[in-house]
Amino acid sequence: MTIATPLKDASQERQKAMIAEHFHKLAVAHETGRKAVYTFVPGNLTELLLTFDLLPVLPEINALQSGMRQKSGDYVQKAEKMGHSEDVCAYVKCDIGMLHSGNIGPTGERLPSPDLLLLSYTGCFTFLKWFELLKEEYKAPVAMLHVPYQSEGRITPTMRDYVVKQLKEVIIPALERISGKKYDEEKLRHHLALSAKAEDDLVHVLETAKRRPSPIDAYFGAVYYVGPIFSSFRGTTDAVEYYQLLRAEIDERVARGEGPVTPDGAMGPERYRLVVEGPPNWTSFRELWKMFYLEGAVVVASTYTKVGGVYDDGFRHDPSRPLESLADYCLGCYTNRNLRARSDMLIKYVKDYDADGFLVHSIKSCDSFSAGQLLILNQVEKATGRPGGFFESDLVDPRYFSAANIKNRVESYLQMIEQRRAAGAVR
Amino acid sequence: METPVNAAAGDPTESLRTALVERADALYRDVDFNCIREWKLQNGGAKAVGFLPIYAPREIIHAAGMLPVGVLGGGDAVEIVKGDACFQSYICHLPRSVVELGLNGALDCLDGMIFPSTCDVIRNLSGMWQILFPNCYVKYLDMPQNYQNHIGGEFFERELSLLIDDLEKLGGERATPQRLRHSIALYNENRRLVEELYKLRIHAPWTVPSSELYLIVRAGMLLPVEEHNKLCKQYIDAVRASARRPMDMARVVLRGCFCEQPPLDLIKTLERSGCYIVDDDWMIVSRWIDGDVSTEGDPLANLVQAFLQRSPACPSLYLQKGKKGDALVEATRDARAEGVIFSAPSFCDPALLDQPMTLAAVKNAQIPCTSFLFAENTGQFQTIREQAGTFADAIKLS
Repeated sequence: MTIATPLKDASQERQKAMIAEHFHKLAVAHETGRKAVYTFVPGNLTELLLTFDLLPVLPEINALQSGMRQKSGDYVQKAEKMGHSEDVCAYVKCDIGMLHSGNIGPTGERLPSPDLLLLSYTGCFTFLKWFELLKEEYKAPVAMLHVPYQSEGRITPTMRDYVVKQLKEVIIPALERISGKKYDEEKLRHHLALSAKAEDDLVHVLETAKRRPSPIDAYFGAVYYVGPIFSSFRGTTDAVEYYQLLRAEIDERVARGEGPVTPDGAMGPERYRLVVEGPPNWTSFRELWKMFYLEGAVVVASTYTKVGGVYDDGFRHDPSRPLESLADYCLGCYTNRNLRARSDMLIKYVKDYDADGFLVHSIKSCDSFSAGQLLILNQVEKATGRPGGFFESDLVDPRYFSAANIKNRVESYLQMIEQRRAAGAVR
Repeated sequence: METPVNAAAGDPTESLRTALVERADALYRDVDFNCIREWKLQNGGAKAVGFLPIYAPREIIHAAGMLPVGVLGGGDAVEIVKGDACFQSYICHLPRSVVELGLNGALDCLDGMIFPSTCDVIRNLSGMWQILFPNCYVKYLDMPQNYQNHIGGEFFERELSLLIDDLEKLGGERATPQRLRHSIALYNENRRLVEELYKLRIHAPWTVPSSELYLIVRAGMLLPVEEHNKLCKQYIDAVRASARRPMDMARVVLRGCFCEQPPLDLIKTLERSGCYIVDDDWMIVSRWIDGDVSTEGDPLANLVQAFLQRSPACPSLYLQKGKKGDALVEATRDARAEGVIFSAPSFCDPALLDQPMTLAAVKNAQIPCTSFLFAENTGQFQTIREQAGTFADAIKLS
């Protein structure tokens, strides 16, 4: 298969510059009088932090960046030598190992210690323990936001009221104390309006994968697309402009009838359309992606790209109801939904994106995602008649990525689709 | 060192005690939940509602005229045939055996299941139950992580009110304030009796072997509270009359077993290795509230208040005040223990993520400690016995 020369899109360059600028702001935060607030991707309250001119730091993003830079293995083992169990989340151990190795961020600059740990407890139990650990490490205050789980597959008024009340009486006062600024709801509305614009464009981009060929890879490629909106940029003009740029680029690809861009350039002909459930592996991210694109397999929809917010079901941050909207955002994050809702989402993706099948990537570190995934697989197979596949590795612990085993699984899975096609079961 | 068995042969108190422990042991081994089926038959088809570790408002279930049933997994007695097919490689054992019990029909006698917000595994298990057992009432109980009355308290009271409505719809009685007060009083008595048992063990652990205490307390996961209170009282009387003699063993606190339960043989192994377990966190629901829940005024509000203010320091709950591990250090001192054994199930996020913090606190307090992992179906104990024996010897020789 011939792979074309890799291209750097303008959106990629823009994102790189945004990230570099943000990490530089963090590096000089305490010199410039800025305060750093550590928080998590699911249920992040970036607009609220921006309202107080606070700088978000997302330890999950730092951990995955460490994974991609091949530094996480050492960090994880460092944490294990300090007494952290082999059995627990590698993100946590990577973060703690990084902290004890100088806390150097992905751009090579040192990260500031947190002025506040904003524990938005959304969809993941480990978050709670993670910030209890960081509280001990940094001696920093914690502001706890308990986001109830959507166990019945819907947001109830009780849940929303509970979150809003915590925002008003716990989170906002904590942010006021740290920043020394009064809460300004008009400013929050402004940021929420910017969020909604970026969300519109992100959804447009993700939904282009319904086309044949798909102009994007909605898993390996889309983790870059969701980067700004999942991290420190939701609610900024930077994010709005980034997503406008990205949308224009993808629309051009659609107009030209092109498939996705991969690290090796444009992908060859689209042979398999897949839906993927679960986060990627970060230590061998490109190797894993290559197993797919060399076979002509494109991911047309994924659930991982919804962990920082589900927007393709119509939700938008709404400046007319700012705190309620933030509550709904937190409550609606993917891993805060019950298994039936997650299965239904996957079933819809398989149908709407006309996928040939779906794959579950089970992550050792992440019970929130992984516990019950095989039952989800069973449900999706039953409802769609499309074959499901399953493979395991980890987020940032390289010891759990077995390339030969995974390649064998992916290839066998694609062969199964081929055989079913031949038998007429799959188009 | 073997477990001391030095009672006088033919001693009627010892005979009674043996009978009580044998009854509790039979319940422990009743992995088909036949005792629940019998209870339902004897009670005109009344309903039974299961709950997973670590907490359930058993008072509400009881006040609805139903039997609260602790579902603590299959231990080492249930072969996993179907349960593995639902789970990935890296996960604790409890959900595998609970699903196995569900799929093999053992839990058919339960009309509902309550899944508390212990961790992501039990949370997701609630969704699995909704899919696998659509005819079973499923309640995910979100325990508040905000402990202010008008925030977390209000949320939790609404959650519990919904549970009351749901149980009535399921075919139970309405848990009226009057009925709830009565149930609270029974569970207050139950907690007092369990606490008394724990105090007796602290005072004279040779009279209350932990392998017995475990079985007696665990019986409360299946028996109606009225019967369990009677069992506890009889056992306590037997303990008080005991003539057993102390042995030269190390006094230790055991932590980490609050959800997936250790096999009984693991507890016996620790005792045989020379450890008197003088405090533990098994079946933490039995000791959840420190002290009584008030039976005056609004009983639901009282339950909520008790939860907010007097829940134990538990890895599944956010620690708002104080320092991690302080509660363990205090418990160790209260129990006059000489060491701490961290014994967590493999892949137990709450226990294992907590452990570096609590272990540091214990070390800072200069309390000796050791740690190992187990699974509910662990069958080989030689390594643990050697480790615990060495630990106990080190304590005794220091």
